[in-house]
Amino acid sequence: MTLGDQRAFETAQHVAQTSYSKLVAYIAKHTRDVALAEDMLSEAFAAALRDWPKKGIPDKPEAWLLAVAKRKFIDGQRRKKGFEAGVSHLKMLAQELDEMISQEKLIPDERLALMFACAHPALDESVRSPLILQTILGLSAEQIASAFLVAPSTMGQRLARAKAKIKLAGIPFRVPEAEDLAERLDDVLDAVYAAFSAAWIDPASSTGALADEAIWLGRLISQLMPDAAEALGLTALMLFLHARSDARQGGKGEFVPLSDQETSCWDVAMIEEAESLLRRAQTLGVLGRYQLEAAIQSAHAARRSSFVTDWPAIALLYDVLFGQFGSPVIAVNRAVAHGEAENAARGLALLPEPGEFPVLNQFQPYWAARAHLLAGVGQTRDASEAYELAIGLSSDRAQRDFLLQKRAGLRSNVTFLRPNLRPAAQT
Amino acid sequence: MQYMLMIYGDEAAQTAMAEAERGQMYAAYNAYTAALRAANAYVGGNPLQGASTAATVRVKDGKTKVQNGPYAESREQLGGYYIIEAKDLDAALAWAAKCPGAAHGAMEVRAVVPM
Repeated sequence: MTLGDQRAFETAQHVAQTSYSKLVAYIAKHTRDVALAEDMLSEAFAAALRDWPKKGIPDKPEAWLLAVAKRKFIDGQRRKKGFEAGVSHLKMLAQELDEMISQEKLIPDERLALMFACAHPALDESVRSPLILQTILGLSAEQIASAFLVAPSTMGQRLARAKAKIKLAGIPFRVPEAEDLAERLDDVLDAVYAAFSAAWIDPASSTGALADEAIWLGRLISQLMPDAAEALGLTALMLFLHARSDARQGGKGEFVPLSDQETSCWDVAMIEEAESLLRRAQTLGVLGRYQLEAAIQSAHAARRSSFVTDWPAIALLYDVLFGQFGSPVIAVNRAVAHGEAENAARGLALLPEPGEFPVLNQFQPYWAARAHLLAGVGQTRDASEAYELAIGLSSDRAQRDFLLQKRAGLRSNVTFLRPNLRPAAQT
Repeated sequence: MQYMLMIYGDEAAQTAMAEAERGQMYAAYNAYTAALRAANAYVGGNPLQGASTAATVRVKDGKTKVQNGPYAESREQLGGYYIIEAKDLDAALAWAAKCPGAAHGAMEVRAVVPM
């Protein structure tokens, strides 16, 4: 595939996803049945992904999808016995949509309502992100499963159970009332960020594409809820991080920590989009976790023009983040920032002790940060042990090689520590 | 849709309540029931006698076995229920949150299968 073909494919894919998700959301809202809405449109969506990149995008993508869906699904169902009653209902719904399209009326965009249903607190947290990826982006259980490190059959079951629960428990398809909105929007945003993180942790894998999809979702929510500061903050955060994804690997595939990255390898357009989203979020006057995280990444991105990283500013932002939304993971990043802004001893003092939070025991960036800070204060033996754990918990080869190298550096020359290398937590 | 709101609470704590406090709790339940009725959401509901009065029955190989006590022994026991009419789960959860039982213990919310 040439670059032009790739572009054409991506454009067609996104138009297909937009039309598909609008139709799924509309039908799901009116039937309260997500699985049915997907069944109705899945073959048409697959046909669109096949045809559009080659033959071009139709003038009325929604009409195209609906026509194929009617031919393939509804007629297919009619041939089976006992489906008459259900089918006539679907026919009516399809007719209604047809009329809207032919009268050039906009199909009401119910995708936000669908996302709120998928991220409802009555659903298991682990299924919310996959459910949004499936219903809004039309991804298959197989595509989603590998990103979340579960077997495709398991993912398929989880998604099916969740859709059944939405229907049977009467989980609503609507944007929640004002009093619940902030909290419930957080659930939606967390689900989107989980998709992005799944891709981010494992850059080499084929699931890297999920990062693009998560950003697409972030942009969609920002566009549908332009006054939701945290939605803008999350989208900015993902764009800042994604702008650096090419710079994370050197020419030989080796891992390049943030502070060693060539800023010329960063994606300027993405950084600028992120900056503008973040500025808009900050005018809305509602501070939140994603905006703070984005502000930290904005400070890192500023090295592009200032050539130095403003660690004291970053440490300060982490203090605010930790004070308001304290979590063990934030504590780790905060310690690293203070280690840079002041010295390793200060960082080490702020770093949680091993065993203090069970969630950190298997958290690779914690051990990498600990190793780095211990090395900085000259506790070589403890540093080596921490590197060992960080290496053992790495799932990415480039990152593992990087840490192996750092540990070897400890052994061969104890006094020669390279202070400019940062641990994985900051990439 | 209809939903069942199951009220789970610590019976020991309720027994140990001072008279005035218990009176207040009853008053709160009465007001809650009145609010459900006023909103046309009330379908039914009752408090239950204590879990110590419960008996659990199983029929196995044709033999009826009665066991003293509730189905599951736990600190918090089912103490009462409401059946309500609500348009969706969020509306039912909002009613459950207003029930005095939500502050004393926990409310389980389940959709009723229409028959």
